[in-house]
Amino acid sequence: MTDVTNVQSFENEPQLGDYYALLKPRVMQLVVFTAVVGMLAAPVAVNPVVGFASILFLAIGAGASGALNMWWDADIDAIMKRTAKRPIPAGKVTAQSAMYLGVALSGLSVMMLSLSANLLAGFMLAFTIFFYVVPYSMWLKRSTPQNIVIGGAAGAFPPVIGWIIATGDILVLEPWLMFALIFMWTPPHFWALALFMRNDYDDAKVPMLTVTHGRRSTRNHILAYTVLLVILAVATAFTGIGGWVYLTTAVVLNALFLKGAYDIWKRDEEMCEVDNFAVERKFFRLSLWYLFAHFFAILAEAALKPIGFGGW
Amino acid sequence: MALRPEHEIHTRRKSLNIGVGLMLGSFVLLVMLLTYTKITSAEFQIPASAAKGVGQQIPVQESN
Repeated sequence: MTDVTNVQSFENEPQLGDYYALLKPRVMQLVVFTAVVGMLAAPVAVNPVVGFASILFLAIGAGASGALNMWWDADIDAIMKRTAKRPIPAGKVTAQSAMYLGVALSGLSVMMLSLSANLLAGFMLAFTIFFYVVPYSMWLKRSTPQNIVIGGAAGAFPPVIGWIIATGDILVLEPWLMFALIFMWTPPHFWALALFMRNDYDDAKVPMLTVTHGRRSTRNHILAYTVLLVILAVATAFTGIGGWVYLTTAVVLNALFLKGAYDIWKRDEEMCEVDNFAVERKFFRLSLWYLFAHFFAILAEAALKPIGFGGW
Repeated sequence: MALRPEHEIHTRRKSLNIGVGLMLGSFVLLVMLLTYTKITSAEFQIPASAAKGVGQQIPVQESN
């Protein structure tokens, strides 16, 4: 290594913030929020210290899977505009460091969650990390246009783990309804993104539905998944985690979401060029609020139950 | 031979090292707090295999 390369590497000295960025903080926020809802919606109260520690270890596990994903996907992250500023393609952190960090935090988080909550929660976290890194990142993301559908499952596990932290039980309907909500929401959310970030996935040769089956087919898929999601989301109102607050929220948001999906479905590329994908962008922003509001409503139902208002 | 506690790399990585140190310290505190919470909870039980008689009630036989 020459002095010149040494000077360059000093200028790019990784800071704590760069390592933190490897953990995908925005994904971690979603993981923490949905897991907290899953934990508080469960019919068993959790000690605050145990709950806090368990959610923290779950968040660290989610961050670890993010670091491993960035390690594996460093080559395509460098090509895509949306991800080019991530720490590895930006030259802040080496891919090897990301891998070491991911592996170390995975082991630590699984072990600590098993100790703070229960073995089943630890096992589910280990399975989630494995599922996101191996079947999704290493295999399916680059080989099938259904990558987003399968990847969505990894993102859907946190409320189930939150429920397990509280109850130690997995064989009930409610956590799996929350799982299904995120699982069905992920494809329309990401396909809308793929419609207006179109060159990114093309350039990186990631087989997104927009690339393999065309943009018309993607619009059809968004509408089909949204219809299924609407049925699921509204039906959830009539289960143990639903109630009037959830039903009102679900009816309003699902009507808006369905209209958004229909608007996307009836458009063609010429119309999109005129307004720079305004409808697709609006649908994407709405999708973020959609998920947040549904989980917030589930949380509200759980919070209202002790004073006799939540649920049916 | 004189010790050189302040190497150039220490200055360069100072904020990273402080950050890692604080996180490790917080982790130790969290584990202590978690342990205290667990062993003081009503549900806490020493596993029978490790108890070796601790907490075991032995009935006293009265001799008349």
